[in-house]
Amino acid sequence: MIESHLPAYIALTFVLFSVLIPALGLWKRNLSQPLAVIGSGIAAVFSLYGFVTYLNGSPIRYFFGGWEAPIGIEFVYDGLSGFFVLVINAVAFFVMIHSGETSRREFPGKEMPYYALAMLMMLGFNGMILTGDLFNLYVFLEIASLSGYALIAIGEKPAPYAAFRYLIIGTAGGTLYLLGVGFLYTITGTLNIIDMTAMLPMLAESNAAVAALILMIVGIGVKAALFPMHGWLPDSYTYAASSSTALIAPIGTKVAAYILFRVILWLFGIELTDAVAPISYIVGVLACLGILYGSIMAIAQNEMKRMLAYSSVSQIGYIIMGLSLANPWGFAGAMLHVLNHAIMKACLFMIAGQLRLKEGHSDISRFNDSYRTKYPWTMASFSVAAISMIGLPPLAGFFSKWYLALGTIDNSNWLFLAVILISSLLNAVYFFRVLEKVYMMDPYKGQTEPKEGAYNESKASMLIPTSILAVSLIVIGFANAIIVGILLDIFPM
Amino acid sequence: MLDFFTGHYAYWFTILLLCIGVYGILFKKNLIKKTIGLAILQISVVLYFVAIASKWDATVPVLDPNIPVDQVANYLNPLPHTLMLTAIVVGVATLGVAFTLLISVYNRYETLDEQELIDKIQ
Repeated sequence: MIESHLPAYIALTFVLFSVLIPALGLWKRNLSQPLAVIGSGIAAVFSLYGFVTYLNGSPIRYFFGGWEAPIGIEFVYDGLSGFFVLVINAVAFFVMIHSGETSRREFPGKEMPYYALAMLMMLGFNGMILTGDLFNLYVFLEIASLSGYALIAIGEKPAPYAAFRYLIIGTAGGTLYLLGVGFLYTITGTLNIIDMTAMLPMLAESNAAVAALILMIVGIGVKAALFPMHGWLPDSYTYAASSSTALIAPIGTKVAAYILFRVILWLFGIELTDAVAPISYIVGVLACLGILYGSIMAIAQNEMKRMLAYSSVSQIGYIIMGLSLANPWGFAGAMLHVLNHAIMKACLFMIAGQLRLKEGHSDISRFNDSYRTKYPWTMASFSVAAISMIGLPPLAGFFSKWYLALGTIDNSNWLFLAVILISSLLNAVYFFRVLEKVYMMDPYKGQTEPKEGAYNESKASMLIPTSILAVSLIVIGFANAIIVGILLDIFPM
Repeated sequence: MLDFFTGHYAYWFTILLLCIGVYGILFKKNLIKKTIGLAILQISVVLYFVAIASKWDATVPVLDPNIPVDQVANYLNPLPHTLMLTAIVVGVATLGVAFTLLISVYNRYETLDEQELIDKIQ
């Protein structure tokens, strides 16, 4: 009984809590954060349960109001959407637990609107992933984006300007996507993704289909921060409050990447995508440029949050690269990287928030080796996430890069392979820089004794989510064969 | 050839509006003007959807006793128009958020000129 309604339950949980939080938050302000934790926790449990039932059964198609698919709107819970929903809701649950302390300190008195907006944004993201209707996807995209702009605007002094720039670029992207949907609607007469998949092969040579594909890739590429369209990302992530960044950075770009997967591999299929022009290869080259650009810019940054933001530009490149390879290994690598990067980025941004609370800044040039004794567990989690980001075995980050590399070899695509290797070295440069500051003595200052600081660890409510995410990176690293086995079954060809 | 231009004039106007919108977003320095450009861009897509659903010799999609239901060609397709109602609402909400952000920017920096803002932030 519950299985057949599951896709709707996941989205409705967030609707319910986005209403409950203002209602109860007005009465008692301190209730907002626990309610948000409960809401995202329930959604995470639903997603986990749904993914387990999917593995034992078949995809779930939920028709709203009982109207069958091409006429009514449906939610589709198949392998791809189930996996993404599970990843984003699980990460959001941990971020919500962590954000209690940072939100109380960074914007006191505004918790109720903050958490209500966060729930609305999660509703938008879950809706984008689950819906089986292209126009419905646009509506959910705008729900998620509008609440995302508001969340980014809560923060430092320049935050509203960063959010405004994101709004202009993001809305223009959304509008181009809508135009692409319009083109597809005029040639096929349907908006349902499954219905349209069946019709598009008959229109392989149609210019409108190619134009629609390009418009959709550009429009969604803005949201995914694909290389030339990434301009909004560094400023938004740097100036937004720590808790908003920790929520948006791991989730937002992944959801946009999900739409690219759905459009290129499912809706059009890789043969149709490349029928007129080598679009998937062009997307892959853009991803490569993004990987190199993001890594080099991250090395040049001194501010930890800004460095992580540029590193996001580069990491999203890996995911899109795996998509453009369009073979099983590349796909598995990209999907595993979605999971790994969501966990690593959430963990790193949460640590940046903790350091900001404790030290009042997250400026890497002012880090020193007293952090080692002051924040032993925070720094241990940081090291695990950073090493996983670089991609050293046996941590999770190594395996996603490994499967991506296998994918490039399968396609004999040596350019992409070289980019993966070079960028791993560049990642090592910017993360080892931080680890060196924290764990090594500074040889230039003639120190003989390491600096000692009094133990000053963050509160358990922040430390526990960070540590769990760091430990899960090790677990995923060891369990990668099982996860990849599941992911290879999802691959559509 | 001339038919191609005169036969699609609704689309030419849509393309013109789209270009004006993109021009406003890219080249205007004032943030309010950028927002106006964004609104024009959105409206051009709305007009595109409205244009694809219109046709000659057809009536509104309400059952008319003079036109039997099996002659569907005599009714307009209502779907693009209803979709655009939603898109217009989304556009209004976007403008609302944009102006709220601009008020907040103006309160903090007392300017809405892009170059001055960038100078003040750095």
